[in-house]
This record gives sequence, structure tokens and C-alpha cells, in this order.
Amino acid sequence: MEILGLGLGMVLLFVGFGVLIGVLFGFFGMGGSFLVTPALLVMGYPTRVAVGSGLAFVFGTSVIATLKHRDMGQVDYKLGVLMIAGTTAGIEVGKEIVIHLESLGMAGSIISVTYVVLLGGIGAFVTYEALKGGGDGGIDHDTADAEADVDDIPDIAKKIQSYRVPPMISLRGGVSVSLWMILGVAFATGLLSGFLGVGGGFIRMPALFYLIGVPVPIAVGTDLFEIVFSGGLGSFLYALDGGVDLSIVLPLLAGSAFGARVGSAATSIVDEEEIKVYFGLMLLGGALAVAVREVGNVYNIDVLNTVSLVLILGSALLVSGAVVYSSITALREESRSSSPA
Amino acid sequence: MVDLAAVTSIGAGSVDAAMLIGAVLLEAAILYVGYGALEQALGPRVVKRLRGE
Repeated sequence: MEILGLGLGMVLLFVGFGVLIGVLFGFFGMGGSFLVTPALLVMGYPTRVAVGSGLAFVFGTSVIATLKHRDMGQVDYKLGVLMIAGTTAGIEVGKEIVIHLESLGMAGSIISVTYVVLLGGIGAFVTYEALKGGGDGGIDHDTADAEADVDDIPDIAKKIQSYRVPPMISLRGGVSVSLWMILGVAFATGLLSGFLGVGGGFIRMPALFYLIGVPVPIAVGTDLFEIVFSGGLGSFLYALDGGVDLSIVLPLLAGSAFGARVGSAATSIVDEEEIKVYFGLMLLGGALAVAVREVGNVYNIDVLNTVSLVLILGSALLVSGAVVYSSITALREESRSSSPA
Repeated sequence: MVDLAAVTSIGAGSVDAAMLIGAVLLEAAILYVGYGALEQALGPRVVKRLRGE
């Protein structure tokens, strides 16, 4: 039996893979192209199709996840639009740096090393903050509409918020930040995104929380809102060159739409500290996977590509499983504590 | 002189690409509404079961 020119087994594989990514995407606002593109490459799809279809899938999933976060009041549109403006300028500069490095013949190695260091660095930082507990990074997921507790705002964000250069912008969660600081953070994340050639959710979401100081649920919702535009534009540009394959995108999206609902709903149930550790470990796993793939490419060892994919998928499976498990545990505990003794 | 054939093919390519992205957007909208209806219909029952009630 064939659907969209693919065997039933392949369609089910894509749907299942979509559920896995959807959970991560809905919960963290990241993880789309980071997971899909390497998987499609290892499956033998040409780079153009792997990247283009990955972007189209990220676009569709971010639309669904943003709508779900909007329903829960977790999207700051003002911040989103400012971030889009700053990020777009940053991406352009990042792209120019890549072109300059390419002309010097140094682009590949510098980008790979930066990617591994950044992914690993953010992973180690988030894990450290979560293990430290109780201090920075301790904002609960269910504080979207409440004002952020001063103790919950990370120190770096407090410092950035203290620069009161007008005009000041009021954000959701009772946060007030200078327009120039927001544009600066957006520009820096865009620059890294353009330089590394990635969507940037794994950079932007922590940046919104740790640097600007908005509560995590709003950081996730606003990040997803921005991805709708970057993913839409990116996939359109790839579609112009025939890089978007609907037989890949449609089944992946069918699965991720379901997963994104689960992940988004989990943001208001799960204790964040618990999950942050896994999130950090997933980034560390991702950094290791990219490092392994690069070593494989340099020394022409094909098997390292597969090892890299297994590392990425294993980390993703572990974290999405932890999100679902923690949600069920939290629901059970809530039920036990609310039932009469 | 303007190459009309090239301009037309670029225009057609843009329309095709926009339709492709439109198809993804349409599927996303259908899935959002469809899964939303499913969540409303079955959600409370599933949550109740997960709570062990």
C-alpha cells in the first residue's frame, strides 16, 4: 500500500518521528530542523530536499504550536515583531561573515567548531542552572500571565533590564526592557543563526529567558511565533528550487501536530526544573552528535554519520519521553493532593 | 531586452512554491482544528484516566 508515493511503513515512521519532534517543539520551542534535516540526510535524501523539507515541516509545526500557545496567552506579539526585525538584520550579517570565511576557505571548520561549542555551552549552562535549582532559571511554566518574581529573573537579565535607555518596552510577565537591548539580543541571536545556518530556536529561547528575562512559557510561545516567519520564508525560498517534498512534510506534520499539542499542554503541567536537566542533556547530546559527524566527514568514516543520528534521536526520544512521563506524574500527584484524605 | 520567457518561468516558480507552502499551511490549519476538536471531545476523559480516577 502506498500513500503519497511512500510505503505504509515509511509513512508510519514519519508520523511517529513527527510526534517525537512535535512534543519537543511544543514544549521547548525548538528541535525541528535540528532533528529532521540530519535524519533525512542519513536516509539518503539530497541536501536541498532534506533542508527544504525540514524547513517546511518546521513552518507547519510552528504554526500549530504558536496557535496552541496563543490559546494559553503565551505569545508576546510586540516582542516577537521586535525580535523578527533584529534577527533578520543579524542573519544578513551572519551570512556575509560566512561568505567572507568561504572566500578564505575557512568556513566549514570554523562553523562546525562554533556550532559544537555553542550547542555544548548552552547545554552545559542550562543543565548547571537546573541542577543548581532554586535560583536563576526557576520560573515555573504556569506563570505566563502573572508578573515574574524578581528572584526568578536571571542575573544577566536583571543587568540588561537595568539599562533604562528609552524607549522602554513593557513585555508580558510584567517585564520592562529597553528597545535597544531587545534589538541587540535579537541581532546577536540572528547573527549566530545566519552564521551557523540553523533556525536558531535553541539559541533564541534561552536568550529570551536568560538575557531579556521574560518567563519561560512566553519565551517559548514568542520564539515559536518568530519561527512561523523564518520557517515560512526559508521553506518558500527552498520550494522555488524544488527543495520541498510534500511526501515527507505531510506525514511528519500529521504526527507533529499531535505531539505539539501534547508538548504545549505539558508546559502548564510539568515542573520545569525537572525537564531543564533533560533539555540541557539533549543539547549536549546534539553537540556530541555534530562533533562525531564532523569527525566522520573529515576522515571519511561513513558509520560515524549513523552514530551521530542515533545520538540525536536517542537524546530526543529520552527528552520527549521525560516530558510525557513528568506530565503524567504531575497529573497523578495533583489528583492525589486534591482528593480528600 | 527583457527575457519574457525567463520572467514568466520565475513567476510560475514563485506561484508553485507559494502553493506548496500554502498546502503545508492548509494541512497545519486542518490538523489544528481537527486535533482541537478531538482534544475537546476526548481530552477530559484521557486526563481523568491519566490522573488514575
